[in-house]
Amino acid sequence: MSIKLGEVPYKDRVQTGIEDDFMRQAVSSAQGRFRNGRLTQAAELGNWEDWRELGSEIRTHTLQNLDYYLQQLSDNVARRGGHVFFAETAEEANQYVKNIIKKKQAKKVVKAKSMVTEEIGLNKALEEVGAEVVESDLGEWILQLDEDPPSHIVTPALHKNRQQIRETFAKKKGYTGSDTPEEMAAFAREQLRQDFLAADVGVTGCNFAIAESGAVTLVTNEGNAEMVTSLPDTVISVMGMERIVPTWEEMEVLVGLLTRAAVGQKLTSYITAITGARLEGEIDGPEEFHLVVVDNGRSKILGTEFQSALHCIRCAACINACPVYRHIGGHAYNSIYPGPIGAVITPLLEGYDDHKELPYASTLCAACTEACPVKIPLHEHLIRHRQIIVEQEKKAPTAEKLMMKGFAKWSSSPGIYNLSAKMAKPALGPWTKDGMIENGPGPLKDWTDARDFYAPQGQSFRAWFKQRQKDGETS
Amino acid sequence: MKVSLFSTCLSDILFADVAKNTLEILERVGCEVDYPMEQTCCGQPAYNSGYLQEAKQSMKQMMKAFKHSEYVVGPSGSCVGMLKEYPKIFADDPEWAEEAKRFAAKCYEITEFLVDVMGVTDVGSTFKGKVTFHSSCHMKRILGVKEQPKMLLRNVKGVELVDLPMEEDCCGFGGTFSVKNPVISQEMVSEKSRHVAETEAEYLVGADMGCLMNIGGRMRREGKNVKVVHITEILNTH
Ligand code: SF4
Repeated sequence: MSIKLGEVPYKDRVQTGIEDDFMRQAVSSAQGRFRNGRLTQAAELGNWEDWRELGSEIRTHTLQNLDYYLQQLSDNVARRGGHVFFAETAEEANQYVKNIIKKKQAKKVVKAKSMVTEEIGLNKALEEVGAEVVESDLGEWILQLDEDPPSHIVTPALHKNRQQIRETFAKKKGYTGSDTPEEMAAFAREQLRQDFLAADVGVTGCNFAIAESGAVTLVTNEGNAEMVTSLPDTVISVMGMERIVPTWEEMEVLVGLLTRAAVGQKLTSYITAITGARLEGEIDGPEEFHLVVVDNGRSKILGTEFQSALHCIRCAACINACPVYRHIGGHAYNSIYPGPIGAVITPLLEGYDDHKELPYASTLCAACTEACPVKIPLHEHLIRHRQIIVEQEKKAPTAEKLMMKGFAKWSSSPGIYNLSAKMAKPALGPWTKDGMIENGPGPLKDWTDARDFYAPQGQSFRAWFKQRQKDGETS
Repeated sequence: MKVSLFSTCLSDILFADVAKNTLEILERVGCEVDYPMEQTCCGQPAYNSGYLQEAKQSMKQMMKAFKHSEYVVGPSGSCVGMLKEYPKIFADDPEWAEEAKRFAAKCYEITEFLVDVMGVTDVGSTFKGKVTFHSSCHMKRILGVKEQPKMLLRNVKGVELVDLPMEEDCCGFGGTFSVKNPVISQEMVSEKSRHVAETEAEYLVGADMGCLMNIGGRMRREGKNVKVVHITEILNTH
């Protein structure tokens, strides 16, 4: 897989999402749960806005000094016996991991949940060299069995309900149990245990790499990352180059924000830290540890007005708060990064050609911006994208351009504006019945397809006001 | 106190009563109100669609129109929210940057102005009925005005205010979003309409005609009998 999921056009994707009642039900109830969780946690903490501010400052500082911290991280990983590879592109990253797999003659690779490996399409690359790749996060495992892409960055199988998961297990793994979460999870654990024991290589993502100590930390609720990093002899962590913090102290702040914002937990069940390879005299840790730092378009964002998009800690609070996402689901975005953050970063990483609709898939209600624990102005970034699409990419429809030219003329010339205020009522007269328009002409049609339009009530306010002043003068 | 009324183009042209009510409330609390005729639109339709140059033309027109005003007060959190963004938009424009700052600093949404500037939480009005309140996105998130309209509503004699489920959710209007993404917009407004119906309120009250004409238009299409009113109508009924 890569960032883009497929070739289905935007309109069809939206339609498919809207018609999928199961998915919408699942998404809507999960959103409600996560959202309430976040709000409860924020209220309990008391000074949530101060924490957000602190989170934002940490991310801003780190990204402004990214070179420095990456160098520090790299030195410290090497000091602890690990190998660091900076990959400029997805291909370079995949090639590096493939080389390790080949050298190790690895047959089986177990993975902990990682968005960046989805982004670069690592699984497919590894299968090309004959390795069997097993996802060990429950959600990812379900999707892998079903050959379905993730629809959410924290709970990737959010769009599936229990019955659908049961069916997948039955079809692909001969499961015969019930559809209770406990029984299905126990089944998955049983199946995955075999894979953990047989795996030659473990692959993880990275929530926060600690520059000062060279540790890679993973935040999970299932503890599967523990297994992925402790059982295989070789462990490879893949991280987006922005997934870094200066010290453990900042990490603690960000993990607190992450788990609260993501699912409304004070703390996650597991935080796994990989502190390099097993050095002489140490009793645990992998024999070999590799850290792959992926750029894949990120450095292009640095120094631009979009830089704060790299502050993202992948908590999905913006996705959980988004009403557009609720109705169309994750797949409609056609990106492994869906929702508001997806609409912001997908065009940045992969260009506008395939993703030009995403910045418009928002009412700019700013629920995302309000939810974001590190205060990324997501809706403002969406407007910025629109400006680029209009002014630089020249991808806006001609009719819209003409309308906006007209708008500018109208709103900057009081004379023309006055005239339109006077003419609006008579002009709409033929379509008006009982003060309403049910079947509007021209640009009103898209509106009246779904709802009635209010015709002007009477004379314009300004006409009334002029009259009032006149009456006042004469009386 | 001298106040210039910013009617918003929507209320000026389609919903004149909203602007009239705003004017009368302001006068009732003791303001001397004028209406600069050179005002047009805040520029939001162009700005939010990515047409920065076009938007700036209307924004400059607005700054000119209200140049000599002490306070600019309007009945829309969304439009006033747009005015408040001018300093950011003109930050790099040496000719307009200062004016944009001066201008934004004197702009207020009507309920915000009543409560925060005039110190009025009871305008002495009476309105009988069960009402529910939709808080508009831009008003609460961009302008940061959340409690003021409800404070005022609670003090209206005769009003029974009931909570709207998922009040914080967008109604799906989003300006050009409603016509660019009509399918999603329709789902959103239908959901909002369902929530309004659940409250069994007779009136849906809001502080932004954009949202209200979206929700109201949808509910009318669905044959629902809820009356949609701008908050100024309630505050100006005796
Ligand atoms: S943009 Fe903010 S809210 Fe959305 S996933 Fe990233 S950190 Fe979380």
